Amino acid sequence: MSPEPRLALSKPVSDEVRKTTCYMCACRCGIDVHIKDGKVRYIEGNRDHPVNKGVLCAKGSAGIMQHYAPARLSSPLLRTGPRGSGQFKAISWDEALALAVDWMGEVRARDPKKLAFFTGRDQSQSLTGFFAQQFGTPNYAAHGGFCSVNMAAAGIMTLGGGFWEFGSPDWDRTKLFVMFGVAEDHDSNPIKIGISKLKSRGARFVSVNPVRTGYSSIADSWIGIRPGTDGLLVLSVIHELLKARKIDVDFLVRYTNAPWLVVDAPGTAEHGLFARDDEGKALVWESVTEREVANGTKGARASLSGRYQLEDGRFAVPSFQLLAEKYLDDRYAPDLAAVETGVSADVIRGLAAEIARVAFDESIEIAHPWTDMNGERHASFIGRPVSFHAMRGISAHSNGFQTARAIHVLQALIGAVDCPGAFRFEPPYPKPVEAHPTPHGKAEHFGSNKPLSGPHLGFPRGPEDLLIGPDGVPNRIDKAFSWDAPISAHGLMHMVIANAHAGDPYRIDLLFMYMANMAWNSSMNTAGVIKMLEDRDEATGEYVIPKIIYSDAYASEMVAYADLVLPDTTYLERHDCISLLDRPISEPDSVNDAIRWPVVEPDRDVRGFQSVLIDLAGRLKLPGFVDSRGVPLYKDFADYIVRHERRPGIGPLAGFRGVAGDRVGRGASNPDQLKRYIENGAFFSAHIPLEAQFFKHANRAYQDFAVKMGFFDTPQPVTFQLYSEICQKFRLSAQGLREPVAPETHRERLEMAFDPLPDWCRPLEEAGVDRAEFPYHAVTQRPMAMYHSWGSMNAWLRQIHTRNVMYVPGAICDEVGLSTGDWAWIISHHGRIKVEIARSDAVNRDTMWTWNAIGKRKGAWGLSNDAPESNRGFLLNHLIHELLPPKGDGMRWSNSDPVTGQAAWYDLRVRIEKAEPDEVSRPTFAHVGRAGSTHPSPAELRYGQEWSE
Amino acid sequence: MTMLPTLPTPKKLGLVIDLDVCVGCHACVISCKEWNTGGYGAALSDQDPYGSQVSGTFLNRIHTFEVVPEGGEVVGEAGDARIVHFPKSCLHCEDASCVTVCPTGASYKRSADGIVLVDEDKCIGCGLCAWACPYGAREMDLAAGVMKKCTLCVDRIYNETLQEIDRVPSCVRTCPANARHYGDFADPTSKVSMMVAERGGIDLMPEQGTRPVNKYLPPRPRKPLASTLPLAENTDGAKGFFAWLDGMLDRI
Repeated sequence: MSPEPRLALSKPVSDEVRKTTCYMCACRCGIDVHIKDGKVRYIEGNRDHPVNKGVLCAKGSAGIMQHYAPARLSSPLLRTGPRGSGQFKAISWDEALALAVDWMGEVRARDPKKLAFFTGRDQSQSLTGFFAQQFGTPNYAAHGGFCSVNMAAAGIMTLGGGFWEFGSPDWDRTKLFVMFGVAEDHDSNPIKIGISKLKSRGARFVSVNPVRTGYSSIADSWIGIRPGTDGLLVLSVIHELLKARKIDVDFLVRYTNAPWLVVDAPGTAEHGLFARDDEGKALVWESVTEREVANGTKGARASLSGRYQLEDGRFAVPSFQLLAEKYLDDRYAPDLAAVETGVSADVIRGLAAEIARVAFDESIEIAHPWTDMNGERHASFIGRPVSFHAMRGISAHSNGFQTARAIHVLQALIGAVDCPGAFRFEPPYPKPVEAHPTPHGKAEHFGSNKPLSGPHLGFPRGPEDLLIGPDGVPNRIDKAFSWDAPISAHGLMHMVIANAHAGDPYRIDLLFMYMANMAWNSSMNTAGVIKMLEDRDEATGEYVIPKIIYSDAYASEMVAYADLVLPDTTYLERHDCISLLDRPISEPDSVNDAIRWPVVEPDRDVRGFQSVLIDLAGRLKLPGFVDSRGVPLYKDFADYIVRHERRPGIGPLAGFRGVAGDRVGRGASNPDQLKRYIENGAFFSAHIPLEAQFFKHANRAYQDFAVKMGFFDTPQPVTFQLYSEICQKFRLSAQGLREPVAPETHRERLEMAFDPLPDWCRPLEEAGVDRAEFPYHAVTQRPMAMYHSWGSMNAWLRQIHTRNVMYVPGAICDEVGLSTGDWAWIISHHGRIKVEIARSDAVNRDTMWTWNAIGKRKGAWGLSNDAPESNRGFLLNHLIHELLPPKGDGMRWSNSDPVTGQAAWYDLRVRIEKAEPDEVSRPTFAHVGRAGSTHPSPAELRYGQEWSE
Repeated sequence: MTMLPTLPTPKKLGLVIDLDVCVGCHACVISCKEWNTGGYGAALSDQDPYGSQVSGTFLNRIHTFEVVPEGGEVVGEAGDARIVHFPKSCLHCEDASCVTVCPTGASYKRSADGIVLVDEDKCIGCGLCAWACPYGAREMDLAAGVMKKCTLCVDRIYNETLQEIDRVPSCVRTCPANARHYGDFADPTSKVSMMVAERGGIDLMPEQGTRPVNKYLPPRPRKPLASTLPLAENTDGAKGFFAWLDGMLDRI
């Protein structure tokens, strides 16, 4: 036998490791990028990083192929052929920026609202929002309106912060984890780490999801619910808990508005609003002295039930009286809920019993003293170790706001908010609604050549904060903060193109977008949107949406529809900051932020979009970006990150502030700040003292910490709003009882949607179509190895999902006569698609599903014309309209949640018919030219061959 | 044919894969690809990477199955279909038929630690080993014309330029769900041996007689929610509820 070969086993992996932050999805993990011979050799998770603690997902590891993808753009482009043709000429940055400034400057002087600036998977909203505000258009938002604004708005309005970026399950202590509607959404690595941890401890993981893939596949209990009925399931659990007296009364009195007195004066403008004292403090009924006192009065024993006459003669009831009466009603009984949800009554009862058992029989205690906001000292933190998490499966329904509210109410009823083992806040949250701005965009807020007077996005406190004209016409192009979607805290990006095309409420001159594939997978009614982008005004021959500036790093479908393309860098080539002012990455026990920096230099004529935006702002001489002489304040984004201050001493990054770099949170800007971040692994983390880690909403030590860190200038404790007075104000307007009153056309819809106590109703599309004609649901799920449309241009990731099929439940297959490999028409009220199907039983019996955004348009993303993605792959978007089916009144409402404007992707109802076999999915689309292609796609890849022995 | 070393090897290095927590995210698949395409031997090529026939060399793949348990099984409730994600790479078998079938001595099992490797200098790309492997764990690289397979990241686990904590296979280092564990199965006190003992780790296709070193941990038993004892319901309506509430408030 020949001797074994001698192997060189200790070769250095790379010449250098550069630590930065991933951008393959929204998770924002820390990565170690190994550089060898100036190229990326290997990307692995940063072990020290608070988000991913060393691990990395498939997307993160595939960053190499994202960076070297042939779909990358190479230089600024000016359209030369018709929109969609992909005919462009390469131009210089000087030409591109001059043209953009020309277009933008003219609009800013004439009528700034005619520029609509919307960003997609943007992680720099603190900058993009500031730019838009200084530009002065009221029309700005990011993509939250079609992502998860329902989660965000319901979380803020109920608890001061909800799931995803606002908090996290206490993975190390929770004993029961209930997750709603999450396939592989945000926070994917922390969720995988966490689920694994809790399962290895023997804790139970319950997944409520129509589809049993991904996380659901390893759940101890899978509840295969019918889409859009989660709210009813939750309210039924609440019904059971109330009937069994399994609620945390002490928690409710201390931390929620359960005792707050609600005025009982039907038919008046104050009915259902809180009774308040002269300072605006809510009143409670003191049960010993039998009189009203301000909430928070020391020693007061507040009632939770009864009906009382106030000193001014009005009658009022504690809000908890209303809550208990409502949910004790038998219409929430499990036997009834089972009919709508498709979940058996036994399972609903079992879930309620398990929640009660773990919350009250397995409570945990951390023996550490702490002081609450009333000055009361507590010997320990008592934990109710039941945690919840929810995301888009809840959010993307037209009843999603109320469903998310229902989950938060459930959490509060069992005392499982920010205590050991429960859902816990991540700084700078919790943050009460009052600490958020109101939206800006009223007529008096903007005008020619001046900034918007405040931030675009925020939380209306009532109808008086809506951005509408005297006739009720929306001020914003997306109709955000109008009667159509009053609390649209993230805007309605999905309505921008449709509204601008329809001239409703008005037309625009310039559409400016970043990283948003609106000509394909990010729009409902994709074919319709394409037509809107291509449509010309018959009189002038000009496009109906006259000018489009678009920035992206890749030749996405949207690039082909731009008039001017500003090519972005990859995430490895640019500066970014993951800021507490923006979308934070804190953990329950630590305050975190992070940066990206150029770990490799661009090899082509591209620039980071954020630096381009700062350049444009300087050229446009926007306030905040230039000094009094009009000289630009910032060289580029890196300079802005270090020197920009939102309030004195508060900048984009919290770490290494002060001239010596020794200040945290507040401090002067530090010219070496980025260097210090890089030395620290590209992130900063400040530990929260144990005394401040729980009950942050009412914990003196945490509130002091938050002020010290600069989240707030004064403590901002939160009282959980089980009963929403803001919702009630809109309801009173809908009833015509309170000024401003809602238009007649909107009253029924608003009254139904704005219940001050969470309720459930059927999703609007389901309620609007014939349920017999469209008997099934169809939903998408994001696969774990892809981030929306990103992934198909990645040679490694696309081998995991090269095409998609429709997974159809066995019962439906048997009914229609389908088996795996057959083709079928899926038909909605709006359109039809012909696709290949596969049988599956790991899915709710009324629901078919497919992977999200695998289908691509021919010519896009650097793929060949015969790529499976653009032939067999398909989008569900063709079945979904941005408007609901017409009703008798002739109105066509946006296919969105009536409260928040959240795009209701998951409300889709369909039927299915067997079809003849086919080679390509339908509908088909013409090829879009390969915009600006300079790097042809190779026939073979041997990445790393030069390093082989 | 090629000889196996004297068995058992003093060390039996391999992986434990925990099917209870694998969510099928493919993190291990891609991490393996990126490590090994610049590591041991020829790069892992991809043919037609942006075209219709895209196909590349991967040393670790995840197969996804839908199963409908008949009941009494640990993987799920009777009639309740579930998805099983099944990661698969070379199992570094003790009786490695891919080694004995090799006509050139290219395939070999290391005598010290039992890792099965291909000496690419000797590999003629005949493909016999791939035919012999019952698991389909070997992949011919079409660009290099040599057989590729999991090396257990032999260029990581002994790599003295890496911190000790990182001297594990790339797939283990990256797995977000902590479903992959690396260690020495010859040592009964090693973490992997203990896990296999505690969780009833199994061989893949034991009837093949290959005696794989890698082990799989089956899903943990599950208890349906519907079997939870329902809460004792109080039927005295809202009035009774508020009376109870007053009692509770008196006790606070």
